[in-house]
Amino acid sequence: MANISREQLLHVARLARLELRDDEVDRLGAQLNDILAAVGKVAELDLTGVPPTSHPLDVVNVWGADEPQPCLPVDEALANAPEREGDYFKVPPGGSS
Amino acid sequence: MIDTLRLSAEEATRLIREREVTGAELFAAYRQAIDERNPELHAYLHVCDDPGGEGVPIAIKDVIGTRGIPTTAGSRILEGYVPVYDATVIERCKAQGLKILGKTNTDEFAMGSSTENSAYGPTRNPWDPERVPGGSGGGSAAAVAAGLAPWALGSDTGGSIKQPAALCGNVGLRPTYGTVSRYGAIAFASSLDQIGPVARNVRDCALLYSIIAGRDPHDSTTVELPAPVVLPEGDDLKGLRVGVPRELNEHEAIEPGVRDAVQRAIELCRTLGAEVGECSLPHSVEYGMPCYYLIAPAEASSNLARYDGVRFGYRSGGGGDRLAMYERTRDEGFGDEPKRRIMVGTYALSAGYYDAFYGQAQKVRTLLAREHAEVFERFDVLVSPTSPTVAFKLGSRTENPLAMYACDLMTIPSCLAGLPGLNVPCGLSEGLPVGLQLIGPQFSENALFRAGRALELALGFDPVPTRLAG
Repeated sequence: MANISREQLLHVARLARLELRDDEVDRLGAQLNDILAAVGKVAELDLTGVPPTSHPLDVVNVWGADEPQPCLPVDEALANAPEREGDYFKVPPGGSS
Repeated sequence: MIDTLRLSAEEATRLIREREVTGAELFAAYRQAIDERNPELHAYLHVCDDPGGEGVPIAIKDVIGTRGIPTTAGSRILEGYVPVYDATVIERCKAQGLKILGKTNTDEFAMGSSTENSAYGPTRNPWDPERVPGGSGGGSAAAVAAGLAPWALGSDTGGSIKQPAALCGNVGLRPTYGTVSRYGAIAFASSLDQIGPVARNVRDCALLYSIIAGRDPHDSTTVELPAPVVLPEGDDLKGLRVGVPRELNEHEAIEPGVRDAVQRAIELCRTLGAEVGECSLPHSVEYGMPCYYLIAPAEASSNLARYDGVRFGYRSGGGGDRLAMYERTRDEGFGDEPKRRIMVGTYALSAGYYDAFYGQAQKVRTLLAREHAEVFERFDVLVSPTSPTVAFKLGSRTENPLAMYACDLMTIPSCLAGLPGLNVPCGLSEGLPVGLQLIGPQFSENALFRAGRALELALGFDPVPTRLAG
């Protein structure tokens, strides 16, 4: 397994919306390489034709009747908001992604 | 005088019902024990006042949402968060009159095996405060072991109920995936997360499971139990076919003292009338850990995307646009372990790596499920150590994430296969508890309770930590 480069690490951090500080990039980078080398072991197995498991039980979709149900009042839904304006969550303006 | 170190939840229920003690007296007794021992152990992050009523108290792992009671998941990013609704398991506990004593410490977002990843500081093991209680549910396990709660709820993704129960000498059940609602629980890895009971004996464990289990319209992955929960009497094990998987019992990481205690428990199965035989799960230990540490982080990277400083929890000050706010909030709010898992998971799911990592891990998961299904054609229950070691010293594994991940070697395979598992204490090694893991097919909880109860009675393990026995 090739080592993950600093550039790749910063790319992944950006995808994950994490602003890593320089000391974190060094520390986490080394640990991530160790972890990826260990988990990369799954590649040793030839699993051609084996279906993937995404869920442990054989359950099928559950349909619900389209009926109005009580829901949280607006004040409760906003009760934990870091910032609120009227009946809205307030956030800083845009920013490119 | 109520002895919280020895009182079972079943006996507490009887005392309340027959009005030998009041709900207030019982709650006060646990609060007093908490006042005495929690400053040393740090099992609770938040302690509640008596909500009133005639019921038995319970401790709740802090990844389970409780209306009006702070819920942090052991993370700074949820500091000050107060849920506006109860998780379904909490509603069910309250419907039975159970009273919440407080919220117990956990590795941040249940990611860890020692409770040292909590942003609020570690929990200490009641058997030896220099050692960890296991994790992630170290708070619940330590609280039950130290008499700070008669029983508790935990959550288990790759061993977070069973492994702390092993290290603290209590009984913990990871239920069959889908039998207990996850509605209102803070998600880590949704295809693996299960809530379950932690108790001081198998009957209490079964009783609490019967309270929380069953289909919930709010969680579409839940199912009805195929049969009602039976409180085990535990006379013998006649007719039970017990399998001993070589890979889970002969691994080099297993300490000699752990191996000896488990061997004695296996011999006891024979004495109690079980048919004991060897079997093999060839890929489970070797590939379980790598498989788990791809699937769980991949799901975590998605689940933890919601912590963005917008709707709840911590938001970084410091200005800048919205993207900068997201990135700084998450950098400042998450500790190292969630960051590692978010990074591994994002990488494993990203274009170009998905098939080699996440897709391959999902196929390994199928392999492990098949391997277990095959063994269960010949056996009813599988046994092994729950943890390869007894409780280890604080700080001894924190510098090396892979050493910490190795704590879960024995618990991970059955979690990936969606199987239930029960930890039953089976003795001491170096004065510290050793846990026996019992694994069964899906929905075999009653068989696990029966076997666990018979063993528990025959073993006669005293769950009171020696240094507190007095």
